[in-house]
Amino acid sequence: MTSTTEAGGTTIQQLVEQALALSSVSGCVVIGEELTGANLRWAGNSLTTNGQTHSRKLTVISMVDGEQGTTSAAVSRAIADPDELGALVAASEAAARAASPADDAAPLIEPYPHSDDWDAPATATGIEVFSDFAPALGRAFAAAEQADRLLYGYAEHLMSSIFLASSTGLRRRHDQPTGRLEMNAKSRDLSRSAWAGAQTRDWSDIDVEAMNADLAKRLDWSATRIDLPAGRYETLLPPTAVADLMIYLYWTATARDAEEGRSVFAASDGKTRLGEALAPLGITLRSDPAEPGMPSLPFQVVTEGGEESVFDNGAPVAATRWIDGGVLSNLQRTRNWAERTGQPHVPFVDNLIMQGPDDADAKSLDELIAGTERGLLLTCLWYIRTVDPQTLLVTGLTRDGVYLIEDGKVRGVVNNFRFNESPVDLLSRIVEVGRTEKTLPREWGDYFTRTAMPAVRVRDFNLSTVSQAS
Amino acid sequence: MASIDAAFLALPTSSLADAALSRARQLGASHADFRLERVRVASLALRDGQLDSSSDDENLGLAVRVVHEGAWGFASGIDRTPEAAARLAEQAVATAKLSRVLSSDPVELADEPAYPDASWVSAYDLNPFEVAPAERLARLAELSDLLRGAAGVDHVDASLMQVLENKFYADTAGTTTTQQRVRMHPQLTAVQVDRANGGFSSMRTLAPPAGRGWEYLTGAGWDFEAELTELPELLAEHVKAPSVAPGRYDLVVDPSNLWLTIHESIGHATELDRALGYEAAYAGTSFATFDKLGSLRYGSPVMNVTGDRTVPHGLSSIGYDDEGVATADFDIISDGVLVGYQLNRQMAAAKGLGRSNGCAFADSPGHIPLQRMANVSLQPSPDSRSTEDLIGGVERGIYVVGDKSWSIDMQRYNFQFTGQRFFKISNGRLAGQLRDVAYQASTTEFWGSMEAVGGRQTYVLGGAFNCGKGQPGQVAAVSHGCPSALFRDVNVLNTVTEGGR
Repeated sequence: MTSTTEAGGTTIQQLVEQALALSSVSGCVVIGEELTGANLRWAGNSLTTNGQTHSRKLTVISMVDGEQGTTSAAVSRAIADPDELGALVAASEAAARAASPADDAAPLIEPYPHSDDWDAPATATGIEVFSDFAPALGRAFAAAEQADRLLYGYAEHLMSSIFLASSTGLRRRHDQPTGRLEMNAKSRDLSRSAWAGAQTRDWSDIDVEAMNADLAKRLDWSATRIDLPAGRYETLLPPTAVADLMIYLYWTATARDAEEGRSVFAASDGKTRLGEALAPLGITLRSDPAEPGMPSLPFQVVTEGGEESVFDNGAPVAATRWIDGGVLSNLQRTRNWAERTGQPHVPFVDNLIMQGPDDADAKSLDELIAGTERGLLLTCLWYIRTVDPQTLLVTGLTRDGVYLIEDGKVRGVVNNFRFNESPVDLLSRIVEVGRTEKTLPREWGDYFTRTAMPAVRVRDFNLSTVSQAS
Repeated sequence: MASIDAAFLALPTSSLADAALSRARQLGASHADFRLERVRVASLALRDGQLDSSSDDENLGLAVRVVHEGAWGFASGIDRTPEAAARLAEQAVATAKLSRVLSSDPVELADEPAYPDASWVSAYDLNPFEVAPAERLARLAELSDLLRGAAGVDHVDASLMQVLENKFYADTAGTTTTQQRVRMHPQLTAVQVDRANGGFSSMRTLAPPAGRGWEYLTGAGWDFEAELTELPELLAEHVKAPSVAPGRYDLVVDPSNLWLTIHESIGHATELDRALGYEAAYAGTSFATFDKLGSLRYGSPVMNVTGDRTVPHGLSSIGYDDEGVATADFDIISDGVLVGYQLNRQMAAAKGLGRSNGCAFADSPGHIPLQRMANVSLQPSPDSRSTEDLIGGVERGIYVVGDKSWSIDMQRYNFQFTGQRFFKISNGRLAGQLRDVAYQASTTEFWGSMEAVGGRQTYVLGGAFNCGKGQPGQVAAVSHGCPSALFRDVNVLNTVTEGGR
C-alpha cells in the first residue's frame, strides 16, 4: 500500500483538525475519508472496463443546543483545498441552526483509551494491486476459450482511511481494505452458468486457477438438464446464499422498530421477540470488529442518521451476539434509544458470522451433498426484496445453477426458481448446519462483503414459481 | 427560466479539460473525454414528526476516459489543477495498457457530430438548494402533520431527497457541453400497529419522484394535501380488508404501479449492453437478444414503447449524454414487436446501428459511463379510454395501485410485484380493498395479455431515483410514463400463504 496525495500540501488529518477548529457551535464531529480504488471488469473472455479512483471527503456534523433540544445537520463535500473548509463548516452550522430538535440527540462521545495511530498517513491502493491477478486472469481467459467457456466477472480493491475527530477531544482513525472477486462461467450458448465469489483484503489469497476449476466442475454438472416444478424442497443453501438472507435479517434487527411494533422482531403489547428461540439447532449469528481474517471498523462512523445516530460517532463497537445458541439476543440500538428505554447501546458492526453449535466438527458442503438422499443444491440467490415486512417475507430468484442431488450425488442441473421465504422463519427449518467459511454475498457484496457463513440444509424451502432464466 | 449555477460555471472547466485531453493525445489516445461533475444530494427524514436525519452531500471531481490502442482506460480524482488533470490522463492510459492485453475486441465508437459550447438545463422553476433549509424542513413537517393524529395512524415516516447535478463534458472530437439537472423525491408513509395482537400495516404516498424543483412540494405536478387527506381512510380499509384468494385474475394496473413493471421487464431488458452480455456477471443478460430485433413478439398489438431522454420533468432527461451524443426519443417496441434498443456509442458501432441514441451516463465523477436507461414509457391509446372504462370491462379482477415490492430474474422473464393498494373488481365495479396480493408472470406472457391501454388522460410519469447497475455499482434516476392498462388472466399469489402461514 502507498500513501495518498495531499490537498495543497495538507494531510487529511490536518484538514479534519482545521475544520474542527473552525466550528463555533455546541458540538461538532468531523469525519474525513480518503478512498482509493481500482477495478477490472470482463465479459466473454475480454476485459470491458477498468478504472482507478481517488476521492477525499469531509463530513462536518454540527450540533446546536437550544431551549427545545439539540439540533444537528451533516454536510459533506469533496475537499481539494484547505480554503474550502470555511464554507463547509459554515454550511453545516447554518443547516443545524435551521433544523428542529433531533429525535436521537445524545451527548457526544468522550475520549477513551485506544491504540489508533492518528498521525500515520492515509493508505492507498491502485491498479498495481492486480499485478499478479491480471496475468492469472489472462491465463483463465485462454483456458476458458480453449474449453469453449466464457468468463464474466469483476475484481475490485478499495482502501478507505477514515479519520474522526470531535469537539470533545476524541480522535479515532481506521484503515479498511475491501476486495472482492466475482467469476461467472457460461457455456458458449449461455445456456449453462456457474458463479463463484471471494472476499479479500489484499489479493494475496486469491487463487484464480482453483476458482476456474470449480466453475468448470459446476458447468460439467450442468450437462444433464432436469426440469422440476415449483414446490417446497429440501434444499442445501451454500454460504453465499445464507449470507444474503442473514444480511437482510441483520439490517432489519433494530430495537426501536421492534419496540414500536413495526418489525418482524416485534411482539404484542410493545414487547419484542428478544429471548425467543428462533433456531432450534442452536445457531449463533454474531459480529466482531476484531474477527480474525475480516476485521471491520472498531468505532461508529455515521454521516447520515436514521437507523444509526450521528450523535454516536466514535463510540466503540464491540463483539455482539445477535442470535446466541438459537435465541434472539440483541437488536441494534442507538444511545438515545438506549437511554429512553433503559437498555444497552448496541451499535451496528460491519461484519456478520453464522455458526452452528459444533462448528469444528461440522461438515463441508461436499459432505452435506454426500449425506443428501434427495434435495436441491442452490448456487446463489438474486434480486431479494421484502414482500411483507411483518414476517420479513422476501422474494428472489435462484441463479447460476440449481442442482438435483440424489443418493449423495449431483444428478444434473435444474431450472431456476423464484423463492418466497422469510429468513427469520427459515431459521426454524434448518435441519443441518455445515462448517462456517468466509464467503462473499452474491447480491449484497456491493455493500457488505465481510461475512462467514455455513452451508445449511433447510426443509421445505419455498420455490414458488419456475423461472425460465438460465 | 432556470440557468446553470454560477458557482459551477466559475470552476476552471476549460483549462482542466485542455490539460487532460492534450496529455491523452500526447500519449497516443485515439479518443479521450473529460468530465467535471458536481452532484449535490440533500436528504431530510422525519420520524413521527421529529427530525431523524438531515444531510447535504456534494461530490465534485474529475474523470478522464481514453481509448488507447483499442482499449478503454479510466481514472478519476478530486484535485482541480491542470497538473492533476494531466495525471489522470496518464493513469487512464496506464489502465488502458493493462486492459489491452486482456481485451479481444478493439473499441470503436459510432460517429457523432461535434457540439462546441453546448448547454442544457432541465425544466424546473426553483432550485431546491436555493430554498432555506428551515423552509424545507417546515414543509415536510407540515405534510407529515396531515397524517399524524389521524385515526388509525400510529406512526408517520416522511422523507425528502433533492438532487442538483452539474456536468461539464469535453472530448477530443471538439464537443463541450455544460448541463444542469434538478430532481425531487418526497415520500410519506402511514403505519398502523396492532398493539394488542402484534402485527402492523403501512401505506405510502403515490407521488412519484420528478425532475422538478421546489415547486413540486408546493403544488406543481402533484396535490400532496389531497393525497395525504385520503391516506388514513385508505389505510384503515386496508387493515380490515380480506386476504386475497390466490388464483388467476384480470388486472387493471394503475400507472403508479405499472411504471415499475415497465422498468424491470422492458427498460432493463432492452439495454443493448445487457443483451450482449456486458452485465452478465452482475445484473444479468436479457431474453430480448439481438438476433430477435425486429421479430420478437414482446406483447400484444396495443403495446407501443419508446425511449426518450428529452421529455420535460423526466428523471433521465438531459440534452447530451456522457459521450457527447445529442439526445432524442426513439422506438423500442412498436405494435408489440421489439424494434430498438437503448445504446451507447460503442454498442451502436459494434452492431452497425448508426448513431447512438444517447444512453451513456455516469452517476458521478468517480464512475465510467455505462449504457443507462432512457425514460422508457408505454404509450397511451389514441382514444380517450378512462381507467373506469378499463375496470368496467372486468368481471372478476383486481385494480392494482402503487408500487411496493419488486423482483425479476436475471434474464427478465419471471417477475413478482406487490403494491400499495389492491381493489377487488366485481362485475365492472370496485368492491373494496384486498390485501396480501402479489402478481407474478413471465414478461412476454404478461405483455401479451395486455388487452387495452387507457387514453392520454390516464397517463402518469412515474419513476425511480436509484436504479442500480454496473460494477462498480452506479445509481441513476429514470422516469417511466404509462397509462392505466388491462391485463387478462394473470397469476395472483397470496403473500401470507407464500410465507407458509
